[in-house]
Order: sequence, then structure tokens, then C-alpha cells
Amino acid sequence: MTRSAALRYAGVGLLLVVLAVLPFLHRSVGGLLPGPINSPGSLQVLALVMVAAAVAITLDLMFGYTGLASFGHSLYVGFGAYATVILSNNPKLGFALGVPLAIALSAVVAVVGNAAALRLTGLGFSMATLAMAQGFSIAVERGFLGSGGEVGVTFARGVLPDALRGVMNTRNAYWLALALVVVVYGVCAVLVRTHVGHVWQGIRENPLRTKVIGYNVYAYQLASATISCTMAAMCGVVFAVVMGGANPSIAGLHYSLAVVLMVVLGGRGVLWGAALGGILYQFLTLRLPSLSSSDVITRLPDPLQVPLSQPNFFLGVAFVLIILFMPGGLASIVTGRRRTVTRRRGPTGGGDRGLPATPAVSR
Amino acid sequence: MSTFLLIAISGLGLGSLYFLLAAGLSIIFGLMRVLSFAHGAFLSISGFASWMVLRSFETPSTPRLLLALLVAVLTGGAIALVVEVLLIRPLKGKELEQLLATVGFGMVLVSLMAGTWGPDEHLIPRPQWLTSTTSIAGAPISNSRLLLIGMAAAVMVGIHLILSRTRYGLIIRAGVENSAMVSALGINVKRAFTMVFVAGGMLAGLGGGLAGTYYGGISPFLGDSMLIFSFIVLIIGGLGSINGALIAAVVLGVSQSMANYYVVNGIGDVLVVVLLVATLLVRPQGLLGQKERLI
Repeated sequence: MTRSAALRYAGVGLLLVVLAVLPFLHRSVGGLLPGPINSPGSLQVLALVMVAAAVAITLDLMFGYTGLASFGHSLYVGFGAYATVILSNNPKLGFALGVPLAIALSAVVAVVGNAAALRLTGLGFSMATLAMAQGFSIAVERGFLGSGGEVGVTFARGVLPDALRGVMNTRNAYWLALALVVVVYGVCAVLVRTHVGHVWQGIRENPLRTKVIGYNVYAYQLASATISCTMAAMCGVVFAVVMGGANPSIAGLHYSLAVVLMVVLGGRGVLWGAALGGILYQFLTLRLPSLSSSDVITRLPDPLQVPLSQPNFFLGVAFVLIILFMPGGLASIVTGRRRTVTRRRGPTGGGDRGLPATPAVSR
Repeated sequence: MSTFLLIAISGLGLGSLYFLLAAGLSIIFGLMRVLSFAHGAFLSISGFASWMVLRSFETPSTPRLLLALLVAVLTGGAIALVVEVLLIRPLKGKELEQLLATVGFGMVLVSLMAGTWGPDEHLIPRPQWLTSTTSIAGAPISNSRLLLIGMAAAVMVGIHLILSRTRYGLIIRAGVENSAMVSALGINVKRAFTMVFVAGGMLAGLGGGLAGTYYGGISPFLGDSMLIFSFIVLIIGGLGSINGALIAAVVLGVSQSMANYYVVNGIGDVLVVVLLVATLLVRPQGLLGQKERLI
């Protein structure tokens, strides 16, 4: 192990220890969190931030590493959350059987959904995933299959295990979310370093060349998407535990785009970058509204106050600026330009199609 | 029978709205390979522009309505021009980045609208004749639907005439086939890109003005909810094909309304997605799409 690698592992270990002992700290951090760090409100914010980081990492696996721009990641997060709550509430199953069953069902949905969507490539794939997620979101908002409509569903009384129930146990939910990030990061970090992971990155750079070398591109893409979406469903399970239920806010276009935004913000093709993007995005969307109702903002004149009161305004502007001027996301500040995933394209811009500038030849 | 006809024509009106958005998206995608997520926001802001023209009247006159539609069209075009010059052009050749930039711009625009006018629906007053009905074969059909269907038909005819009869149409059709070759022949493709994007924005603007008269109100989020169905119309019809978009818009609008009325309210929206998945499985390039286009 080289010295820099040892330093890196030590840094990661230290960070994990700090994150793990946060629930023991009784300190106020100004307006950043709703109360002292170890208050249930603050811990719930932190837990949601961790879940968002994990979701962003899972999308990075298929989007940043395999080049599959899914605009329907919310389908799997939402399905995981709803399936967990609905199945656990079934008295014959309970939480202990409901969770594994929900994850298994999500895996099936991930295989079927991606097998269909992958019949299209490039933007077509994005559109297909988006539309499928939207179908789920509509079904959930209308309350089909006992999903409760706009208010969503909550765990019935006594369904959650004691350690995860109630306000005083929010810190256990936080630790669960932290463990989720560690597991998801670990699985993804190992996967992208294996042979399969290298094939995925080959597909991202040029699907046609990878196919010519002799790899079954469709199968590799399906594997990447299925693993990614199944882990997203696991994030949905933890979301349901943290929130005590599932609601339509994690289903639908808005959430799907939010996850894409997290990954692009943090850095495509860099796992910790995606996690950073998820943390920033989720934290800002949760905390900016209360910041904007503070005195500093409400004293400003109207033309300034309107944009400042909208978290999406900040995030949208930041997103556009990053796409224009920093395509590698925030992570590229550290990793430098070498590892950004913007593809080098020919002057005619045929990169995504694999065949440079010859689409019209056959006609 | 009259109920059936009523539902069918309502569905046709809905399909017309999808078509107005999808037609613009379809030409833009065909020529520039850009899929714009900002078009929903274009539609919403144009709806608000028409609301600004109409809001101070109890029952506005017909010329006032036409003025509102014109303002809506111009608003859509102007914003599309800004987006094309500032976001699309610098990212030329990077399809995904262009798409993501429009996502970000759409977010900014929607949040500005929600911040300025609030997230709730604003009622748009309509002339007397628009709120009354015409009897067709015994079915009382709202005139706003007929206006919408008529406008969509006029747009369809207009697009066909422009594409087949004018020099610009020729450039656009050639650019769809091979834009590198067209620019090699000394034709300014860049300008054609801008024009097509602005035209798409104007169609979204018209959609926004008409959606206001159709629903009788406008909210910052109306456009985005329409946009999703327009994307589905695009994929089912075949990306880049306007005729495909027309067929898909009609089929989707009518079957969605039928299912929502005759089965359960809300099931029609799910049915649309089922139709999409079925299309992807049977014919992934869409009804009239060309296979190599989709890659």
C-alpha cells in the first residue's frame, strides 16, 4: 500500500467515525440544522441526506459508469419504499418478511423494466425509463393498489421493530442510513474495479467498439441497470424506515430529475462525487426553505426575495453553470480534468451513436 | 352515443394539446438531436403571459383573446431564443449535456414562476363563445375544445406546407438527413437550428395560450405535466417523425379520455404508459420512426 492510499483509507475511516458519533453530539450548529445535532429533527435531516447520497451512488453506477442515463430512478426508490410499507403492513408477513420480499419484488421489477427500456438506446432509453417511472407515480398518486394517494402510506402500529420505532430512536434510523451508504458505496466501488466494471466503462465510452470486441453489450447493460436499480430499491426501504412510511415525493419525474442532478452536480463516474452531490442537493432542498424565511431574506426587496425563496432556483442555476463550465462536476476540482467523463467526440458529434457521422449512409 | 362522442372529442382536444408540444419537440429532435425538457416551462410561462393580457377582463372580447394567444406565441419564441443561444449552442454536439441544461433551465423558470405568482392555479377569463357549447350529433361539445382541435389541425397543415414548399423547409429536411453535408454545401445550418428551436418554442407558446382556454386556468406546473405525455407521444410516434407524433397524439388523447371516463378515473394515465411499454417491446423505434435514428 502506498503512502497516499494509506492516508486516503485513514481519512475515510476518520470521516466514518465522525459521522457515526454525530448522534452523541449535543451541539447547536446555527441555522444549518433544525436543532442540536442529536435532536430527532436534525438526525432525520441527516438520515435523509445519507439516503440521498446512497441513491445518487446507485444511479452513478448505471449513469456515470455504464453510460445509461436513466430518468426514471424514482421508480425503483419509490417501489422499494411502497412495497416495504404495504407488504410489512400485511399481518401475515410483518417487517421481517416484508423487507426481503419487497427487495426481491424490486429486483424483478428492475429486470423487467430495464429489459424493456434497454430496447432503446441513448435518449430513447432515458425517455422510456422516465415514462415508466411516471406510470408508477401516477398509479401511486391516484392511490391504486392501496398506496394511499397523495398522503402515501405509513407503517401500521407495531409493525416496525422496537429499535427503529418512535422519535427517540431516530438515531438508529440515522445509523441504518449511514450503514446503507457504506454498503452501497462498498458494493459499487468493488464492482467498478472488476472485469465487469471495466466492460461497463468500455460501453460508456463506445458501445459499438465494445460489441465488436465480442461483449454482449445488452447483457452487461442489463446487469448494471438491474444491480443499480435493486440497490436503489434498498435505499427506498431505508427511506421508508426513516420517514415511517412512503409518500409520492419520492415517486415521479421531480425526484428522478433530482437524482440525475445530484450525480451531475457531484461528478459523473466518481462514486464519492455522486455521494457529495446527493448530500448537497438533499441538504439544500431540506434546509433552504427555512433559511429563506429568516429575517435576512425577508428584509430584501421583492425582486431579490422571489428567487432566493426558491431552493430550485439556486439548484437549477448551479446545475446549468456546472454543465456549461465544469462538466466533471464538483469532483473534478479534486480529481482534475483527467478523469472527467465527457466524451471526446468527432467534429460531427456522433459520440453517443458509436458510429462517427455515418448515420445516413444506409439510406 | 352522445356521451361517447363527447368523450371522444374531449380526448381529441387533449391529443391536440399533446401534439402542439410534441410537434415542436419532434422537429427540434429531428434536426438538432436535442430533446428539450424546458418546453413544459415554455408552455407554462406562455400561459401566464396570456393570463396577464386577459386577467383584468370579466369576459374578454375575441380580438383580446387573439392578442393573448399572439403574446403567448411570442413569449414562447423569445424564451426559446434565449435558451438556444445561451445553452444549446455552446454545448453543440453533446446531446446529453444539452438535455441536462434544458432540465436545469426548466427548473429555474418553474421556480421563478412559482415564486412570482405562487404555486396555485390562476383563473383565465374567456370570451362568452368559448365557454358555451356547440351541438354535434346531439353531443354538447365545448367550443374551447373545437378551437384547440382546429388550431392543432392548422399547425399540422402549416408545418407540412413549410416543410414541403419553402426553401427553409428544404434546408430543415436536408438537415435532418445529414446536417454536416448541408453545412458543407455552404448553407447556414446554425441559423436553421436557431429558427427551428424558436419555432418549437412558439408552438409550446401557442400550446400554453390554448391550454389556458382549455383548462380555464394556468399554474407553473401545468407545462411539466403535459410535457411527460408529450414525450410519450414522441416515443410512440417515433422520435423525429411529425406524422407519427400526430397519430400517437390522437390515439393517446382519445384512449386516455375513454379509459378515464369508462373505467376508473386515473386508469387512462396508466394505460398510456402501458401503451408505451407495449410499443417499446413490439416496435422500439416507434410507429413511424426510422431504426437507425434512435441510436
